[in-house]
Amino acid sequence: MVFKKNVEDLTVIRNLRLNQRHFLLELQSEQPFSLLLPGQFVQALVKDSPSTFLRRPFSIHSVDIPNKRFRLLIQIKGQGTRHLSLLKEGDKLNLIYPLGNSFSIPTTKDVLLVGGGCGVAPLLFLAQFLNQQKIRPVILLGFRSQEETFEIEEYSKYGTVFITTDDGTAGEKGLVVDHSLLQKEKLDFRKIYCCGPDAMMKSIARIARWHKIDCEVSLENTMACGFGVCLCCITPTDKGNERVCMEGPVFNTKRLKW
Amino acid sequence: MMRDLSVDIAGLTFRNPVTTASGTFGYGEEFLDFLDPGQLGAIFVKAVTAKNRDGNAYPRMAETTGGMLNSVGLQNKGVDHFCREIYPKVKKFDTYIIVNVSGSTVEEYVEVAEQINELEKVPAIELNISCPNVKLGGMAFGTVPAMATEVTAAVRKVYKKVLMVKLSPNVTHITDIAKAVVEGGADVITLINTLLGMAIDAERRRPVLSTITGGLSGPAIKPVALRMVWQVHKAVAVPVIGLGGIMNATDAIEFILAGASAIQVGTANFIDPQASIKIVEGIREYLERHKIASIKELVGALRTE
Ligand SMILES: Cc1cc2nc3c(=O)[nH]c(=O)nc-3n(C[C@H](O)[C@H](O)[C@H](O)COP(=O)(O)OP(=O)(O)OC[C@H]3O[C@@H](n4cnc5c(N)ncnc54)[C@H](O)[C@@H]3O)c2cc1C
Ligand SMILES: Cc1cc2nc3c(=O)[nH]c(=O)nc-3n(C[C@H](O)[C@H](O)[C@H](O)COP(=O)(O)O)c2cc1C
Ligand code: FES
Repeated sequence: MVFKKNVEDLTVIRNLRLNQRHFLLELQSEQPFSLLLPGQFVQALVKDSPSTFLRRPFSIHSVDIPNKRFRLLIQIKGQGTRHLSLLKEGDKLNLIYPLGNSFSIPTTKDVLLVGGGCGVAPLLFLAQFLNQQKIRPVILLGFRSQEETFEIEEYSKYGTVFITTDDGTAGEKGLVVDHSLLQKEKLDFRKIYCCGPDAMMKSIARIARWHKIDCEVSLENTMACGFGVCLCCITPTDKGNERVCMEGPVFNTKRLKW
Repeated sequence: MMRDLSVDIAGLTFRNPVTTASGTFGYGEEFLDFLDPGQLGAIFVKAVTAKNRDGNAYPRMAETTGGMLNSVGLQNKGVDHFCREIYPKVKKFDTYIIVNVSGSTVEEYVEVAEQINELEKVPAIELNISCPNVKLGGMAFGTVPAMATEVTAAVRKVYKKVLMVKLSPNVTHITDIAKAVVEGGADVITLINTLLGMAIDAERRRPVLSTITGGLSGPAIKPVALRMVWQVHKAVAVPVIGLGGIMNATDAIEFILAGASAIQVGTANFIDPQASIKIVEGIREYLERHKIASIKELVGALRTE
């Protein structure tokens, strides 16, 4: 599917701090709204931050199509994200969007979503979307600690949520790959969607391969343009070097050289 | 009063001096959502080599203060693929399509130039003798004057249209290289390509790029680019196309004053895909404000007395 990409100044209608490192930006579009799909992302311009030269990519976290609104869930990493965390209601945020492909529509109802770190971001939109397809997924989310968990109630609207924390203060202790859901001899899922740090996605992909479960991951390679022209974001696939911002960010793990 | 933005580049009339730099504009198609290529003077498409090249391994990009390093390494599907798959699409654009030709050997440059010569809607090639991101050749041709003359002259023999040569800034005397390519038969000189640089991740004690070094672009290189355009403009008689860190119309005007007959917008396209057309408007506004009839009056018009 081909989407028309916009460069637009959106209005920040809410900046909600979730905890020390995470915040939610709710944005209002004025233009006719493009179709948005789960897995797609935006390239945000960080204004007046001298050390932030390039745009910053963020997944679409959830959408409100009738009101032409959507949200970004952002983890503060460095200067760019810190700057964005200071945005106030009424401020403008310039985005290029929508970018990239999307998660595929599953052919099974036995779906697992796995997210860790800021990789949980696209999974809420995906869960919303799956509900519209009459699918209620199992959602496994990894956090550092109880203090860092957020939006569990929100995810619970669309699926059955399990969590892990590094320190065991909530859910099971450990990494998402260590969760008991994934330790059974035979897993209950026919499709896994995963987003998070590379090491985590690779471990999930290994489990999926072992159990012969179809698995899609959303890659977060560093990007310069985000719309296919610089060739900086590539990943090796069965078709050679492909652009994560165009042919991805979502790839079936069968196609990756992992 | 109508302001005349058109410029004459070795017999080609660009409708305005604003063009887009190779490797930062894809094959133009990716920009169709953002702008109409017909509003630009020309577009320079991504490097084409004789055979398919996969380019370098990831990571290929590091952000730096006021710029970025890349080590893409001329990833492209080769000249046959360009002629067969890309050309039929880009030839429909209402602007000049100029192909950036790269190679590792003189023979490879000649082979690609011969094939591009057959494409009716491509009025010029830009020989890239300045890519820092390939092991063999590339930049070497652009740093040794005798080699620069040799590769230019070899291509000149087979290429019948406008021959542009893009210079590397990674040299001690840019004017020596400029004179060398003019001697080889270049009609136009483009400069600058990226400056060789490097980025280190101190926490991991590792280079950021898979290739360790890469090419620096963006506003960080603008002063170097301006200086080189100025020196080359004074040293040779052929038109100069200037680039390096141009982000807005003021930057573009500075290059034109330094001696560029046209300019290219590169890395700025990543940050604002509409930067090039905004620069066209900004130049028009500058002419208006200074009551200048034609942009041609500004080429090399820097006042140094
Ligand atoms: C397609 C895509 C979707 C993304 N979606 C989200 C999202 O929904 N929410 C979110 O919080 N983040 C997301 N990210 C990651 C986000 O873009 C980076 O965290 C952000 O660019 C960091 O910017 P900064 O200026 O704050 O940090 P910088 O100063 O640029 O970097 C700080 C540290 O973070 C590391 N870093 C920077 N960019 C990345 C990256 N792309 N991947 C891994 N490490 C990186 C750097 O190496 C550095 O150590 C996404 C990335 C991509 C490519
Ligand atoms: C990602 C990237 C890819 C590039 N690829 C090419 C290329 O294929 N051929 C070429 O001659 N120059 C290439 N360049 C160099 C640019 O055309 C330009 O010379 C350089 O970036 C300086 O201009 P700027 O600062 O405006 O970007 C590339 C630059 C970047 C950033
Ligand atoms: S980020 Fe430029 S091609 Fe993907």
